[in-house]
Amino acid sequence: MNSETATVQQVALEKDDIGNFSFPENHKFDAGYGLSKDTIDYISKVKNEPEWVNEFRHKALEVFESKPMPTNWATEDLNAIDFDAIRYYLSDGATPKRSWDEVPPEVLETFDRLGVPEQERAFLAGVEAQYDSEAAYSNVKEALADEGVIFVTCSEGLKEHEEIFRPWFGKVIPTGDNKFSALNSAVMSGGSFIYIPKGVKVKHPLQAYFRINSENFGQFERTLIIADEGSEVMYMEGCTAPKFETATLHSAVVELVAMKGAKIQYITVQNWSSNVFNLVTKRGLAHEDAEIRWIDCNIGSRLTMKYPGVVMKGERARGEVISIALANDGQHQDTGAKMIHAANNTTSNVISKSISVGEGRSTYRGQVHIPKHLKGCKNNTECDALLINPKSRTDTYPAISVKGNQHVTQHEASVSQVSQEMLFYMQQRGLSETQAMSLAVNGFINDLVEEFPMEYSVELKRLIDLEMEGSVG
Amino acid sequence: MSLTIENLQASVDGTPILKGLNLEIPAGEVHAIMGPNGSGKSTLSKVIAGHDDYDVTGGKVLLDGVDIAELEVDERSRAGIFLAFQYPAEVPGVSNANFLRAALQARMPDGEELDAVEFYQSMYAKMDELEMDRKFTKRAVNEGFSGGEKKRNEILQMMMLDPRYALLDETDSGLDIDALKVVAKGVNSMRSPQRGFLVITHYQRLLDYIKPDVVHVMSDGQIVKSGGAELALELEKNGYDFLKQTA
Repeated sequence: MNSETATVQQVALEKDDIGNFSFPENHKFDAGYGLSKDTIDYISKVKNEPEWVNEFRHKALEVFESKPMPTNWATEDLNAIDFDAIRYYLSDGATPKRSWDEVPPEVLETFDRLGVPEQERAFLAGVEAQYDSEAAYSNVKEALADEGVIFVTCSEGLKEHEEIFRPWFGKVIPTGDNKFSALNSAVMSGGSFIYIPKGVKVKHPLQAYFRINSENFGQFERTLIIADEGSEVMYMEGCTAPKFETATLHSAVVELVAMKGAKIQYITVQNWSSNVFNLVTKRGLAHEDAEIRWIDCNIGSRLTMKYPGVVMKGERARGEVISIALANDGQHQDTGAKMIHAANNTTSNVISKSISVGEGRSTYRGQVHIPKHLKGCKNNTECDALLINPKSRTDTYPAISVKGNQHVTQHEASVSQVSQEMLFYMQQRGLSETQAMSLAVNGFINDLVEEFPMEYSVELKRLIDLEMEGSVG
Repeated sequence: MSLTIENLQASVDGTPILKGLNLEIPAGEVHAIMGPNGSGKSTLSKVIAGHDDYDVTGGKVLLDGVDIAELEVDERSRAGIFLAFQYPAEVPGVSNANFLRAALQARMPDGEELDAVEFYQSMYAKMDELEMDRKFTKRAVNEGFSGGEKKRNEILQMMMLDPRYALLDETDSGLDIDALKVVAKGVNSMRSPQRGFLVITHYQRLLDYIKPDVVHVMSDGQIVKSGGAELALELEKNGYDFLKQTA
């Protein structure tokens, strides 16, 4: 082993599995195993938080403890999470660096391998790179900062921009929304706070990368994005973790607020290793003429439960969820969308495509709510599932509650299989079984991938090709 | 150089379909196989291509002298066997251009990339020959295609993949006379001393446009009669009744 790689504990075995490596732990701050009031006080102290935040956390802990696991509707696999075997806070300190030169070498190497600084130079307007509990690096292009754009960690946001932060914090997703939003509210750390001033249109995406390096750890980032009147922003998040023997927990809360006429696009390419429980609550509040669009790709994790939502609070607001899920052996992608219409002439669109490979399972849960007193609301929901092998599984649970008769809703669902005849045809043209399968899968999601910025569609296609390797035969 | 089939026996779900079939197609020749429904014509083309549904229980297929029994479907394709399907499969979401690129890329040595400009030039030239609209490249493979479009697409793929031996399975079915002429033109442009064709058809009509060197009659899993192009005309006139008499 040469000196360059000597510090890496686990070198990626397959050359393309770029996320599967880790460095020895070197944390100054460690809240230890298990969750108690002391854990929370420890986190607040390390982060030097105002009193109101500490109180918020304590209340959230009570809510978390009072709520049962949602196994009455969700998978029993949730019971495999041992909350006492998790460390809730690991960091080197709560202040991110503004320059990659100041980032510790092993952290820099981690993000270098994941291509983050390179992407930042190529096409990003700002980057936050989170390593375990805290951002190691956070920076936004000077030109944007000059226009008043704020892109900092959530911890910085709540301290330094309290007047903008606090009125919306926890308002789109209240602590008690569900057991895991309560957990996040109790132990949140990292994540982004973004404010886009009135009329500012950010041309290039802002990006966050969430990296788990440590075993027996939970990552609980918290993100709040506020797009003021007439502004536009695209936010992109990626995530990876090494593949440990034990389960890892990732439980984020993401709140979006689009003021009158604002547009927010939030793109996720989730590629957690297959030991990660990924239980995330994401919701946006769209005011008059505003538009919120979630583009959500779930490739990795052991279990993902995530149903991005939009509450259309102002007239003519638009909400959209475009999601792609790929469930391979040992994976369950339980994803969907929530569309809450709360004003006249609001429009929502949900397009979900899932692919189940091997013994993988994908579940779609959709909720569309249009109350009786409204008029002129529209919803379109399409969910399509593709099954690759005979043991692959998919389930669909749509719940569309439309009251009143002045609305237009459409719902279409399909389940298809890659047929033997299709494979034979493609192989007869010279494609190997794996290449044929990859092409069929890429074809299945092609119309959705075209919605992505080019840089990410290339990455997504590569990830899918990797997943299809060895899935046939 | 030839595609040689020796005493080939194949069955599906235990039912024998090919019962000791012998056939030799030398490079440079066009052979036609005719025969009544259920005689095993389509099975023959699928067995040569390596379809999983068929168990080869005896005999061999030799590609220029090499037994291809152990080769997978895609390996046979890359070795030079092309099958134009009677019912080509649809591949939703995959454009014709991307599909052809992937098929050609699969033939490139490791680490080499297909030249995109050359690819499009070559494809457009062949599409012009087949009187195909340029918009066609962006449409998903065979999805929503008319019968005629599907068959033209099969011929376009054949022209692009440049096989050693091409098997055309009832390529004339579902074609009107104009489309048939276009398809035949494409096939004829591919005739060369280096390439062999096996044209499977139910009707003499196609053979008016693609002149065969040899015509075979297939019945009950075997070749029962072979002759020159005139045999097809004879069959057209008298039908397959002679098979019953000999049976």
